[in-house]
Amino acid sequence: MELLETDLRDLGHVRAPEGFAERVLAAVGIAPWVNDSYAEVATSLGVVHVAWNTAGISAVRRAGGAREFERWFASRLGRPVRREAVPPERLARQVVGAIAGHDRRLRFDMSALRVFEQDVLRKTAEIPRGEVRSYAWVAREIGRPRAVRAVGTALANNPIPFLIPCHRVVRSDGALGQYSGGGPEVKRAILRHEGLDPGWLEILAGNGARFVGSRTTRVFCLPTCAHARRIKASNRVYLRSEHEAQGAGFRPCTRCRPIAG
Amino acid sequence: MAADRDEELTRALAVDLVRGFEAMVYAYQHRLYAFALSMSGEPMDAEEIAQDTFMRAHVALARYPGQRIVALKLSAWLHQIALNVFRNRARKRKLRVVPLDPDAPVADSAAGPERQALSRAALRELANLVSGLPEHQRAAVVLRCVQGMTYAEVADLLGQPEGTIKASVHRGLQTLKRRAGWLSEVS
Repeated sequence: MELLETDLRDLGHVRAPEGFAERVLAAVGIAPWVNDSYAEVATSLGVVHVAWNTAGISAVRRAGGAREFERWFASRLGRPVRREAVPPERLARQVVGAIAGHDRRLRFDMSALRVFEQDVLRKTAEIPRGEVRSYAWVAREIGRPRAVRAVGTALANNPIPFLIPCHRVVRSDGALGQYSGGGPEVKRAILRHEGLDPGWLEILAGNGARFVGSRTTRVFCLPTCAHARRIKASNRVYLRSEHEAQGAGFRPCTRCRPIAG
Repeated sequence: MAADRDEELTRALAVDLVRGFEAMVYAYQHRLYAFALSMSGEPMDAEEIAQDTFMRAHVALARYPGQRIVALKLSAWLHQIALNVFRNRARKRKLRVVPLDPDAPVADSAAGPERQALSRAALRELANLVSGLPEHQRAAVVLRCVQGMTYAEVADLLGQPEGTIKASVHRGLQTLKRRAGWLSEVS
């Protein structure tokens, strides 16, 4: 019975034939409203497809076939996208700059996403380059501490990878976790590209060291926090838990807010 | 489909019928197609039923005042229209058999569960099997098990007590299980 019910649910995930929505809209006299355009942009991570509209960047994806991108866009965001030969110069400059690590303020259009997904992505966009946070940290920061798995799902479905740095969210045990932009190896490569050593994170986690504290300031941080990296080796203390840290009289860093994850 | 998504859609429809309708078609095309396919068992019929459903919805929405649109329970309303379209057609004509490419995958892995989705041929066979159920059982099984509605929602939509729906779903699943077993033995 259970197998049958799973099969029936599969039947519910059947997709309408290609072009069905467009045929329906044509039948009632509605011309498709194409708001988003996309083009290829060459970045330091390779060539990507970037889609944009008047509100901001709506999607990014590693360049494969044009058709593949259009299909993916329609199924992820529920609307069509039009191909352009070249991207607007300013947009291309911003995207290249952002991926190369220059501080660029980008505008994103997340209007097709659920509120929860938007919260997760906005929070993720705050994680500085060269640092990582855990899924649990993101969940806690957006006020949904129990929704750790849902955070993982939202990030796995991030339509704007690379620019909204979902690669900077990793598992609490030091493992990198999944990556929507092309699997764990790509995630590792991007983090390394940003100046982080993923192997070091695994070693720390393997030893149970979750936080780094300073003997002089009595502040404890997440290991990749810029403040933590400034602590001299002789003053550096590795802490295994929030309990241990606070028991030893350390207070949490206000920059990385470590007890969120 | 999430209730907040429906609320956004009905609000959009009330403000701008054209753009709201477009968003609604993109949001519901797969869901209504899946419903029509499970009810009719035939891809060609499914597409026509789903398209008719949207066209009727369009006519109705154009007549409704904004307040009425905002108050719609969109998912139930669209399924209700689809069910009526299906019933009218079933009364009028016999089902056609249409050959189909047996290898092309039909379920979207991004939308579905992680395990391997059924092949197009297997889904087709399953839809056929479901469409062979007596109509009252079929509607209950499809709305509950394929479309994932709650018993309360199904009861509301079909205008029957929840207990009756539960019994129909139970009996429908029993029949399907029996016939599915018989099918796999034969093949």
